[in-house]
Amino acid sequence: MPAISLKVNQRAVTAEVEPRTLLVEFLREHLSLTGVHVGCDTSQCGACTVFVDGVSVKSCTMLAMEADGAEVTTIEGLAQGGKLHPMQQAFHEHHGLQCGFCTPGMVISSADLLKRNPRPTEGQVREWLEGNICRCTGYHNIVKAVLACAEGSAK
Amino acid sequence: MSQGPSQHLPTVGKSVPRADGTPKVIGTARYVDDLPAMPGELHGATVRSPVPRGILKSIRFDPNFDWSDITIVTAEDVPLNTVALIAEDQPVLAARHINHAYEPIVLLACADKRRVLLAKNAVSLDIEALPTVLDVHESLKNTHTVWGTDNIQKRYLITKGRADTEDSVSAIDAVLAECEVRVSGSYSSHHQEQLYIEPQGVVAWWDESGVHATGSLQCPFYVHKAFLKTFGEQPSRIHITQAVTGGGFGGKEEYPSIIALHAALLSKKSGKPVRMIYDRKEDIEATTKRHPAFCEIETGCDKDGKLRAIKMRVLMDGGAYLTLTPVVLSRGALHASGAYEWEHARIEALALATNTPPNGAFRGFGAPQTIWAIERHIDKVAAVLGMDPLELKRKNILKLGSVTATGQVLHTSVAGVECLEKARAVSEYDRRRKAYSEKQGRIARGIGAAVFMHGAGFTGSGERYLKGKAAVDLLPGGRLRIRTASTDIGQGTETVFRQIVSDAAQVPLSDVDFAVPCTTHVPDSGPTVASRTVMVVGSIVEAAAREVGDRVRKEQQASGGTFAEAADRLLAREGEVTSLLQYSPPSYIQWDDQHYRGDAYPCFAWACFIAEVEVDRETFEVTVTNFWSATDVGRAINPTQCRGQIEGGALQAIGWALFEELVWDKGIIKNPRMTNYIVPTALDAPPFHTVLVEEPFSFGPGGGAKGIGELPMDGGAPAVAAAVEHALGIPMDDLPLTPERLFARSASGAQT
Repeated sequence: MPAISLKVNQRAVTAEVEPRTLLVEFLREHLSLTGVHVGCDTSQCGACTVFVDGVSVKSCTMLAMEADGAEVTTIEGLAQGGKLHPMQQAFHEHHGLQCGFCTPGMVISSADLLKRNPRPTEGQVREWLEGNICRCTGYHNIVKAVLACAEGSAK
Repeated sequence: MSQGPSQHLPTVGKSVPRADGTPKVIGTARYVDDLPAMPGELHGATVRSPVPRGILKSIRFDPNFDWSDITIVTAEDVPLNTVALIAEDQPVLAARHINHAYEPIVLLACADKRRVLLAKNAVSLDIEALPTVLDVHESLKNTHTVWGTDNIQKRYLITKGRADTEDSVSAIDAVLAECEVRVSGSYSSHHQEQLYIEPQGVVAWWDESGVHATGSLQCPFYVHKAFLKTFGEQPSRIHITQAVTGGGFGGKEEYPSIIALHAALLSKKSGKPVRMIYDRKEDIEATTKRHPAFCEIETGCDKDGKLRAIKMRVLMDGGAYLTLTPVVLSRGALHASGAYEWEHARIEALALATNTPPNGAFRGFGAPQTIWAIERHIDKVAAVLGMDPLELKRKNILKLGSVTATGQVLHTSVAGVECLEKARAVSEYDRRRKAYSEKQGRIARGIGAAVFMHGAGFTGSGERYLKGKAAVDLLPGGRLRIRTASTDIGQGTETVFRQIVSDAAQVPLSDVDFAVPCTTHVPDSGPTVASRTVMVVGSIVEAAAREVGDRVRKEQQASGGTFAEAADRLLAREGEVTSLLQYSPPSYIQWDDQHYRGDAYPCFAWACFIAEVEVDRETFEVTVTNFWSATDVGRAINPTQCRGQIEGGALQAIGWALFEELVWDKGIIKNPRMTNYIVPTALDAPPFHTVLVEEPFSFGPGGGAKGIGELPMDGGAPAVAAAVEHALGIPMDDLPLTPERLFARSASGAQT
């Protein structure tokens, strides 16, 4: 089996994987990073979204081997020094979640948006999050959380 | 530490963040498939019928496949082959008769996840196909009997006024004949998939203490009951635990019993723990969905719009087995006459069997289907009368002292008018309705409203039979622990119960714990369904917390010290301090189950939803541009969470109206994936303008909370359809309103 080396949540990881292993399987099954969720198997729901080299990616659309040499950040690696990432804090405070299953992907995706566009409009938030599906909230408080986070970080 | 009432800051009415928020935002919340593998754990899989009806002749296991590490379970291995629920018609595994596509036949398990899927492909089924019944109209004809003797799974008849007589059909027809204006119509609604983002899953194992199952589920005691029946184990040897659950919406009410039985059967045979997690395709194909319904309505009214009489027939598609269909049909029938007062009513509701996967619980539980029909019909009556539909609804809405179709006198907590007027004002309905009626270009605009109520708690005597229980324990240091089988599946039970307990016992919110729901450790509070968690179980929890808090404070008064010190003294002296209480419904509730008459629900929550749409007249795409609602919740324990329920439920209803459609071909689902079963995204969701109305229910907790979990699913579809109808001028009587269907309706030239 081929070996891959990558950084996951700032930790160096080397592993042998079957070539067909998806990144999401690698993260969940080899590294026990179970905050990365699988909701659909077909790249619609976005619950498995992670950062790969600073860009949000649905980890079910990528082979683990493609992440060789990359830097991966999952929801577990987003908080720094015991402090929630501002986007995690915003989702918590603004009730941007109910069942929470979509939340890890939703938070990562939203954090990526603010990296690219620190002050998005409501329409831009909705458009960006189109690939992350939530069945509980009606998105109202998710959008509110992202906008509040943008507001907060702009201060 | 809290010392007493003077220092307690109330939490009810405050939008405190979710108690389970932090683990969910940092990714440490463990949903069932996030639980670490147990030693020796196997992965389970299910071989299902490819045909909707037939006789299973044989099961063939490919001799070229290596079966040495595969555990195989068939019907022969099931101790008592029935899924315990209302009836005992559904087998755990089909033995001979196959009644729907995807019916489970063989279970397989293997330590290697990929090999179990290969093993699935190495099983072939020899099935002799039989003629099928795939819709309610066919089923009613009973050309082929696929359930019981006549395909009728359940029938209810509700009569009022002159129709309340032996020959109710002739009587209601006579009343209708006397009415100045008569309007008739038929309205259909379709399947809907719950599509919780976390698919169904369970881990099961056996050990010296009995059988264990941990899973994504709403009702641990349903699974307990199913295990009791199928395995014949002692109740104390069955341990069912709810894992963190990624949404349910009813879809994880009764179905988890089946997947848990399957995993436990594989575990029993293999002697190993078994993990069974459905992928999305299997979840959509095999699990329950919303019952499709076909409703025919004939009403009579005066020329000025005073509604007089209604004759209605509801046909619901129950699918191949009974599951919860009688109760779904009941709720549908009880909401069928809408939020309006009728002097004379005859409502007949039938559930019919078809060779499709059993339909089951889904938020609203039958009410969205009949409310869809009655709301569309009242709009039709308004069109015939030349009246504004909201004005017609205003004129006939149930008020304090009104009498419902079952003869229930509404003597408390009625807020229909208030909701209607608030939504009307905040949406500027009258101005927009007039403006959008003007001639339009390619983009047509429309606005429409739905007015409705939803009964909270179990129907009629349900709560009296159920006797839900919940407990509050005193813990060292004066902490309190809530023990209940009411699960948090995302709707916020944990948070709201903590708020109720915090205020009732007057302890800080941070001193209240919520026990993991496991049947071995929590009392049976009844299922997490029917908008009953806050209103019913919340009121038990509130009383229990008050009792425990009072005992500690009595000790404090007698011997001094802080609340925590008094708690510790009490615990040292008595060993255990717990209040375990049982629900007793308000004594005024009188219900006659035989004649379906009386107080159907202890109270109703009320709402008016108003949708504004844009319709592209060339592509027939519908965009919901604004969504206003005014909803009476009794008392909002946590206003933001309360709004979250309303917005989330309303969007599910918008999805049901506009996008969501299961495509069937001879009993087979053609689109069992999120690629082609389309649910709303953030872009599809309208801006929600959500107004909370608080008309307290005196028996509800926190100063009068009512159940609101299901209500928001009721009004979204008829409001959107009314707006589309307003925009296009074409009747919208059948769901869903997909562009293809709108195009076809437009092309057929139908005009209102």
